[in-house]
Amino acid sequence: MADAVRRKPNMAKEKVKMPEQDPNVRNRNFEEVALGYTPEMAMEEATRCLNCKKPFCMEGCPVNVPIPRFIEQVVAGNFEKAYEIITEENALPAITGRVCPQENQCEGKCVRGRAKGCESVGIGRLERFVADYHREHGEHKTPHVEKNGKKVAVVGSGPAGITCAGELARRGYDVHVFEALHKTGGVLSYGIPEFRLPKTIVQAEADVVADYGVDFETNVVVGRTITVDELEEAGYDAVFVGSGAGLPRFQGIPGENLNGVYSANEFLTRVNLMKGYMFPDRPTPVKISPTVCVVGAGNVAMDAARTAKRLGAENVYIVYRRSEEEAPARKEEIHHAKEEGIQFKFLTNPIAVNGDEEGWVKSITCQEMELGEADASGRRRPVPVEGHTFDIETGTFIVAIGQSPNPLIRQTTPGLDTQKWGGIIVNEETMETSRDSVYAGGDAVTGAATVILAMGAGKKAAIAIDEKLSGK
Amino acid sequence: MYKIVRKETLNDAAFEMEIEAPMVARKCEAGQFIILRVGEDGERIPLTIGDFDREKGTITIVVQAVGFSTKQLEKLEVGDEVTDFVGPLGRPTEFHDGLKRVVGVCGGIGAAPVYPQLKALAEKGVKVDVIIGGREAQYVLWADKFKTFCDHVYIATDNGELGTKGFGTTVLQQLIDEGVKFDEVIAIGPVIMMKNVVKVTKPYNIPTSVSLNPIMVDGTGMCGCCRVTVDGQTKFACVDGPDFDGLNVDFDELMERQRFFKKEEKYVDEHADRICDLMRGAE
Ligand SMILES: Cc1cc2nc3c(=O)[nH]c(=O)nc-3n(C[C@H](O)[C@H](O)[C@H](O)COP(=O)(O)OP(=O)(O)OC[C@H]3O[C@@H](n4cnc5c(N)ncnc54)[C@H](O)[C@@H]3O)c2cc1C
Ligand SMILES: Cc1cc2nc3c(=O)[nH]c(=O)nc-3n(C[C@H](O)[C@H](O)[C@H](O)COP(=O)(O)OP(=O)(O)OC[C@H]3O[C@@H](n4cnc5c(N)ncnc54)[C@H](O)[C@@H]3O)c2cc1C
Ligand code: SF4
Ligand code: SF4
Ligand code: FES
Repeated sequence: MADAVRRKPNMAKEKVKMPEQDPNVRNRNFEEVALGYTPEMAMEEATRCLNCKKPFCMEGCPVNVPIPRFIEQVVAGNFEKAYEIITEENALPAITGRVCPQENQCEGKCVRGRAKGCESVGIGRLERFVADYHREHGEHKTPHVEKNGKKVAVVGSGPAGITCAGELARRGYDVHVFEALHKTGGVLSYGIPEFRLPKTIVQAEADVVADYGVDFETNVVVGRTITVDELEEAGYDAVFVGSGAGLPRFQGIPGENLNGVYSANEFLTRVNLMKGYMFPDRPTPVKISPTVCVVGAGNVAMDAARTAKRLGAENVYIVYRRSEEEAPARKEEIHHAKEEGIQFKFLTNPIAVNGDEEGWVKSITCQEMELGEADASGRRRPVPVEGHTFDIETGTFIVAIGQSPNPLIRQTTPGLDTQKWGGIIVNEETMETSRDSVYAGGDAVTGAATVILAMGAGKKAAIAIDEKLSGK
Repeated sequence: MYKIVRKETLNDAAFEMEIEAPMVARKCEAGQFIILRVGEDGERIPLTIGDFDREKGTITIVVQAVGFSTKQLEKLEVGDEVTDFVGPLGRPTEFHDGLKRVVGVCGGIGAAPVYPQLKALAEKGVKVDVIIGGREAQYVLWADKFKTFCDHVYIATDNGELGTKGFGTTVLQQLIDEGVKFDEVIAIGPVIMMKNVVKVTKPYNIPTSVSLNPIMVDGTGMCGCCRVTVDGQTKFACVDGPDFDGLNVDFDELMERQRFFKKEEKYVDEHADRICDLMRGAE
């Protein structure tokens, strides 16, 4: 590799600002919040990278994107070259650039962010820029791959399944992806809202994988339409299970079946997958009251709250039993939510949903909490403040307290070992399950995690499948 | 794609369709359902599998055109295709051991889901009877199909036009009073009907299986929209059911939950033409 051009780094403390829609405009539409860098902005931000000999940023990236190498190409304006470098390791950069929790990953480790008052290099923003640039301007080559005559079935078309399928197809395998829903993309399609991840981008990234010859078949529920055993009988040499963690949890408090209570999954699916945000111009209904309460403080809760605001809610509350510090959502999402007028009630735990005579939610009763002793995870445990409860009047209550793996595959695949809570048990080196030639990865194994971890698992499994089937 | 190979009008509200879906037909069992969509952006409509033909690779559904989406489906003709068709969903019916005589009680299009269950029982050698209820004679469905394997086919109409005047429950009560011993009752139809059947069977503690039809979205256990309360516990009808032990179902809650989107459904139904144009424009 040619030596990178020596240049004087740009020592600006802050990232080049990302153009965004004004908060009071965007909280009324479903268009993307962050508008993306121009080539000039990207090149300027790229010059903030020190091109470190020992790039700590890469240690933070679960798939080892060659960060300084691609950034150097952005500095030089070689955006297509930068794209090639990123996609050596990451097949879906337009997506990860938008939704990775960068502050805990690549950017969290960047040396530029260490000094007080300094921000790390905007790695995610650059990754997104490069991917968008390629999609809009790049040459689209359909790769030619020699087929090796072996067949692999992939269950689920979320980031784990898509990545595994793409990696195997590139290696010459005949890959069939079976998806239960009528659209591919998993959570990227039904969960993460349009204003954070436009669905045209998800489909465009999936199309790139389809170009390698991956065959996507929607409307197939593995376990019901066809079982894993039957896939093997049908001649698939290996099966990868990337079925995600789609089973919504409820709190188990009184009143959760009243009209006006949604799981975040239902609410977001109605809006995203079924285009409920266009109701009544699209027939699947979704409705909310002027005040909406969301319980939970992860990405899912932020998405539900910000979606409710966009559907016209006047007051949107997020209630969470711990404090802001423990909130698991990406920092940027909490920040965006606040800008858009979402109101946070920390150290607050809903204990009952109250209904009217006709079965509609009219309020929720909350328990005030305080932080007690640290628990096993090292986080201080929230404990109730005796006698301090209050009601919030609301007609809509959205439950976003987590998801577990759907039990269907486990119930219909004899010999597939799972954890007590439902996660599929794998050999972490190969992602192989207790069943020979059946692999698994993503949320189906870890429980609800992140897009990039799911992609990493899909890729690891693809490499292991290839090694096994090609006898390496 | 999923081609419509047969369509029959059953009465002024319901129609029957046979649709090509070989993967579903290969695998489905009594008690299961499918979800279909008409058009890109169409709603996901859950419908019970009424009959299936593994060799032809087809599924028969019986549909009551009650609102926007079922009316969209009704507009399709033989040779047309539905956009999506997924299944079989839900658990197959689990029959208890040692059944000697079972009666199906169906209201309206409930005849379709009862049919494969009784047929499966008859094939196992269980004696089966059926009570078909309908408002008027035209709403009494599939009596001839049931005759091929049922010992008795009883009919009840609200106005007495056909069979007994009254409801399916009227006939059921009469049979019980006459001393006919049923080991199980399978009741499928409008929620209010299933609730009333349970009112009849509960005092005698006759096991009563019902098939619940809450509002659904994905049908795979992902959204939780289909929550029902059975024996004090929340269940997802699409994956834990749709068949449940009727003696323990909270029917009132189910009826309330079915009304969640009443206003929106009415609006869409009334503005169907405009919405169809908009949807077509997007394709
Ligand atoms: C609202 C929301 C917001 C999020 N925001 C972020 C974020 O900002 N950043 C981030 O990194 N992560 C985020 N996540 C988490 C992230 O989306 C997931 O960790 C990731 O999508 C997991 O990928 P996966 O491929 O394992 O599963 P999924 O994306 O869940 O895909 C699984 C697919 O398998 C299908 N499937 C399931 N069972 C079957 C079956 N039996 N047969 C056939 N198909 C089946 C499902 O329909 C689905 O399409 C968010 C999640 C949600 C719900
Ligand atoms: C497991 C199951 C099996 C069913 N089997 C049959 C069947 O064999 N034949 C048949 O005619 N109908 C069946 N239904 C009901 C059918 O799905 C609804 O009538 C249909 O979705 C109504 O849509 P619509 O737009 O035409 O009417 P709408 O005007 O939207 O609704 C009319 C009524 O149907 C119910 N409904 C609305 N949307 C849904 C939805 N997404 N899912 C479920 N119910 C809904 C509501 O109670 C509503 O009040 C079944 C439902 C379930 C859950
Ligand atoms: S994939 Fe995610 S963690 Fe890795 S460099 Fe890109 S944004 Fe950072
Ligand atoms: S740690 Fe930061 S400055 Fe160093 S190479 Fe990585 S992105 Fe550039
Ligand atoms: S319909 Fe979504 S979980 Fe049952």
